[in-house]
Amino acid sequence: MGKIVAGIGTSHVPSIGVAYDKGEQKTDAWSPLFSAYEPVQEWLAEIKPDVAIIAYNDHGCDFFFDKYPTFAIGAADEYPIGDEGFGKRPLPPVPGDSTFSWHLCEQLIYNEFDITVCQELKMEHGFLVPMNLCFDKEPNWPIKYVPLAVNVIQHPLPTAARCYKLGKAIRNAVEIYDDDFTVAIFGTGGMSHQLSGERFGYLNSEFDEWFLDQLEGDADALINMTHQELMERAGIEAVELIMWLIMRGAMSEKVNRLHRNYYGPMTTGMGLITMEDAI
Amino acid sequence: MTNQLDPDRKIEGSYIFTGPMSQKGYALNKLGASLMSDEARAAFKKDEESYMAQFGLSEEQKQLIRDRNWIGCVQGGSNIYFLYKITTVFGDSLYKLGAKQAGMTYEEFLKTRNVSGAT
Repeated sequence: MGKIVAGIGTSHVPSIGVAYDKGEQKTDAWSPLFSAYEPVQEWLAEIKPDVAIIAYNDHGCDFFFDKYPTFAIGAADEYPIGDEGFGKRPLPPVPGDSTFSWHLCEQLIYNEFDITVCQELKMEHGFLVPMNLCFDKEPNWPIKYVPLAVNVIQHPLPTAARCYKLGKAIRNAVEIYDDDFTVAIFGTGGMSHQLSGERFGYLNSEFDEWFLDQLEGDADALINMTHQELMERAGIEAVELIMWLIMRGAMSEKVNRLHRNYYGPMTTGMGLITMEDAI
Repeated sequence: MTNQLDPDRKIEGSYIFTGPMSQKGYALNKLGASLMSDEARAAFKKDEESYMAQFGLSEEQKQLIRDRNWIGCVQGGSNIYFLYKITTVFGDSLYKLGAKQAGMTYEEFLKTRNVSGAT
């Protein structure tokens, strides 16, 4: 049977990608972020999962409001880098695993998650910033990837509880796949931040630390939060954090936390947590 | 109260991007979504009026763009990620766009941050 070997929650703030492209990882402003990911990169290189499923949201790079899927999964062998409106970043295309993707979609749909299946999908910061933080792109991305795009921008959004259940269904799909197949699962976005409206710049570090604490535990308080409460406490765009519950749902009830970091320099709480099933 | 949103609990200085907002701002967002190539961005910058004419914007929506009235766009159903593509063409990066919404200069806004070098 297949196995989920790593769960990772991480922010995907676009400025991280800009700093990465400029080579600012060691500067005073950025090293508190990038240095925290060094042991995570080493860990992932050591356990080397076959595939990483990355739950992220598109920020208007590929999807538009003419048709907007609640949950969409890539089923291609390669995903090109998109132009989000600011030019294409100098990154290699992302290798996919269409065979596993189709298996995953089939299992999720038969288990009542009505996924939009995408044979073409352009990658953008929501997906690529976690890639930059957790994997070395030289000479090429080291494993294969499955993008899982979630609607967190046009309400009505899927509930936190639904995201958590999706994680559980993903776990089931992985467990009936080929023997020895290993998977890392990422929940990305957030943490607290607000980009739209006069409340721009709202940041709540206390909330973010609490969220990380809950995630290490049973996450019940997070699963039951409404979008209203999440936006009130953490900012309108912080509702992205529901994607971290997809990751948490895919892990066992009790987990061992391996890495944790928090940095809030500008407008967004940049959080990191990694975990594995508790045996 | 719907299942997830409570219209009676208005979050100050916030505009939730609901279906009706998305419908209202559709043309503005469609314009934003078109700006995904160097050619499109150059065409918009070169001749704003002709470029805007392609997307069915109302006169009021066109005026918001002419005035660089970004908070007006958000109030009128611009989604922040699509608006950001528009403002970038005019030199307003995310933090400048934000400072304008909050009614501050960019310099004033930076002073409110923990580590303003991490832009």
